[in-house]
Amino acid sequence: MNMRRMILIAILLIAFSGMASAQTELSMWYHGGAWAAEHQVFIDLIEAFNTSQSEYTVVLEAFPQESYNSSIVAAAAAGELPDIIDVDGPVMPGWAWAGWMAPLQLSEGALDNFLPGPIGEWNGELYAVGLWDAAVSIYARRSVLEANDIRIPTLDEPWTGEEFDDILEQLQATGDFEYVLDLGMAWTGEWYPYAFSPFLQSFGGDMIDRETYTTAEGVLNGEEAVAFGEWWQSLFERGLAPGTSQDTGDRETGFIDGRYALQWMGNWAGVSTLGEVGEDLIFLPAPDFGHGNIIGAASWQLGASSTTEHPEGVSQFIEFAIQDEWLTAFSDATGLAPATPNAAAMSENYSAGGPLEVFYELSNQQALIRPVTPGYATLALIFEKALADIANGADVQDTLDAAVDEIDADIEDNMGYGFDM
Amino acid sequence: MISASETRKNAPLWVRLLIPKDAPLYQRNEAIAGWLMAFPALLVLTIFLVIPFLMAFVMSFTNQRLVSPNPTEWVGMRNFERLLTVRVFTLEPERDDSGFIVYDDDGSIAYPRLRTFTRKNPDYPELNGLREFTSWQAGENRTVILAADVVFLRALINTLIFAGVIAPLQGGLALLLALLLNQSLPFINVFRAIYFAPVVVSMVVVSLLWRFIYDGENGLLNTLLGIASFGSFQPVDWLGNPYSAMPAMIAMSAWQAVGFHMVIWLAGLQTIPVSLYEAAGLDGAGAWQKFRYVTWPGLRNTAVLILIVIVIQAMGLFVQVDVMTRGGPLDATQSVVYQAVQRGYDKQDIAEGSAISVVLFFVVLAITIVNRYLTRDRDTS
Repeated sequence: MNMRRMILIAILLIAFSGMASAQTELSMWYHGGAWAAEHQVFIDLIEAFNTSQSEYTVVLEAFPQESYNSSIVAAAAAGELPDIIDVDGPVMPGWAWAGWMAPLQLSEGALDNFLPGPIGEWNGELYAVGLWDAAVSIYARRSVLEANDIRIPTLDEPWTGEEFDDILEQLQATGDFEYVLDLGMAWTGEWYPYAFSPFLQSFGGDMIDRETYTTAEGVLNGEEAVAFGEWWQSLFERGLAPGTSQDTGDRETGFIDGRYALQWMGNWAGVSTLGEVGEDLIFLPAPDFGHGNIIGAASWQLGASSTTEHPEGVSQFIEFAIQDEWLTAFSDATGLAPATPNAAAMSENYSAGGPLEVFYELSNQQALIRPVTPGYATLALIFEKALADIANGADVQDTLDAAVDEIDADIEDNMGYGFDM
Repeated sequence: MISASETRKNAPLWVRLLIPKDAPLYQRNEAIAGWLMAFPALLVLTIFLVIPFLMAFVMSFTNQRLVSPNPTEWVGMRNFERLLTVRVFTLEPERDDSGFIVYDDDGSIAYPRLRTFTRKNPDYPELNGLREFTSWQAGENRTVILAADVVFLRALINTLIFAGVIAPLQGGLALLLALLLNQSLPFINVFRAIYFAPVVVSMVVVSLLWRFIYDGENGLLNTLLGIASFGSFQPVDWLGNPYSAMPAMIAMSAWQAVGFHMVIWLAGLQTIPVSLYEAAGLDGAGAWQKFRYVTWPGLRNTAVLILIVIVIQAMGLFVQVDVMTRGGPLDATQSVVYQAVQRGYDKQDIAEGSAISVVLFFVVLAITIVNRYLTRDRDTS
């Protein structure tokens, strides 16, 4: 066999193997490598998608959550982003602004009936879609409330701010609890803006001026925000809530052991807490401090990278994933709320009479997504530090003023993060 | 046989530059071998230490961001001005129309809000963006120390305090342990291993464990103190109290690293010849005199090494802060490296983080030079 013939055969072989795998590979990076249940549903979903059509093959690569965002940052710098990106809701605008993500092209009406939280829009374009949403509520024991003659609030008639405060003091006076309200101060990081900014918003303030997104002046340090700050500080001064030094172990078990009376907690812990506390456990809506009862929204979502050569393939995969059966499968595996009412009706926990049913309406009616700006990452950290400092006794007005100055300086440094200054 | 000049001619340029021309042949060959052996380590050090530092140095003069489509620009000394600007400002009391001082409800003198001066006040452009670091009353006026970056200033002071306290504490404890363990007793190696164990455990794990120990609600330390005092001890929220957080962190850090320095002291102790102790014993020296006139002079070089190593490690305080307190409560445990990481990475301001690293480099350099000067060998100079 001479050289020329060998080359010919080689070329033919390559051509045939290429034909045999005419499917295009789409790489997908996922942050939840450590969460076995959710990870498994993704594996099943991808297998189903790959066999449902012959054009694309999705290949999943799982990361530990702690190193996921830094992996994306490094991949973006090296131009090696995957086709499908998994992104945390509030972080998405930053990545879109940096030019790492491309808008999705979903078919008309694909997101009808979706909860507001899982729809990841920025700058008028859809960049990401979530398959579920997280929600927060007050965990309480019916027996404790009834024993103290405390009204059980509803979504239409939540506790007012004053009522809530009176209840906390009343429960403290019983002397049955180490602390009456567990806010979860042990969970530093994203929990602070996610779980606590709704209180501020219910008081009438916010983390940033959502009209312009170019300043926090008057919003984070205005009268309403200061009123929130004074109330926030008093929770710790009066010994109602454990402070920033709370141990994560106490956060996990304090309410279950009965050492804390009420707990401000997410729906992801609902099933396990029910298992410990039983039928006595009830989930109550956030109190209304004057401007509505509000909770945070938006969890991890799926989007397309800007460097993908097959944006239509990514959109096709996402449309496959947002079918109700898969939304139900994720909800059943994780305990988080499915993104549509149909999926909720089919799910174990959120169907009529299901143990977490109430959370679906919480997400639907109370949810307010966190500020949609590329500056969110910095904004969130500044907000976290301000809340921690106020909890530890810092002057409220001074702390909020300093936070506003830092936020405004950061926006200026970044030339408005894409907003008109 | 290759002549010296030929070896030299065949060597790469950088080797030729490093070896003097008139050195004897064997020295030149040894030098070439030496540099060749050092080459892999030097390469790694250059790639992972020298180049990143040079990059940080360059970036600290720009507005480089971690995530941003905006172009990078030179900003000169801006980052350093934002970190290091400190001013003294005298605040005059508020006066009513007839010039009398206004008093608060509780009888103290009322002052205008600082923010009216430090935020976009055209009369005080030099104060724009500054914040109060500390202040005190002087007569009817109030003297205020203003800083552009209050948190960084706290971090710098905290780190210096941390290093200043932990150097004698940790070095002294380690020496004490080394003296105790420098005896030929049965199972002495078991004890050495026990004291060394915390060094082997990752600092992250140690920090997590100590968070349980310091827990204010039902931590081990509070429980133990409660038992030891028959219940009369009031539980302390060790990490949640601005006054106890830093001491708690110092104690825990010293505990973690003391074994490492104990081993260095032990090595130093074993270089002291036994004959010196025997001679001192014959001269009638007691235990203290043996330590003072034989052991301590024999440990001189070890002591210098340990001092420098502890101080440099202490200036890099990070993991404990990150895991245990995140700089709180009220900035009581902020550290320079924690701020560098938080700004550069979490807040995505790489330029500001780099500027902090550069400042830290010069601080450590200055400390080391002073250290070397103070501990120089006075006998031979």
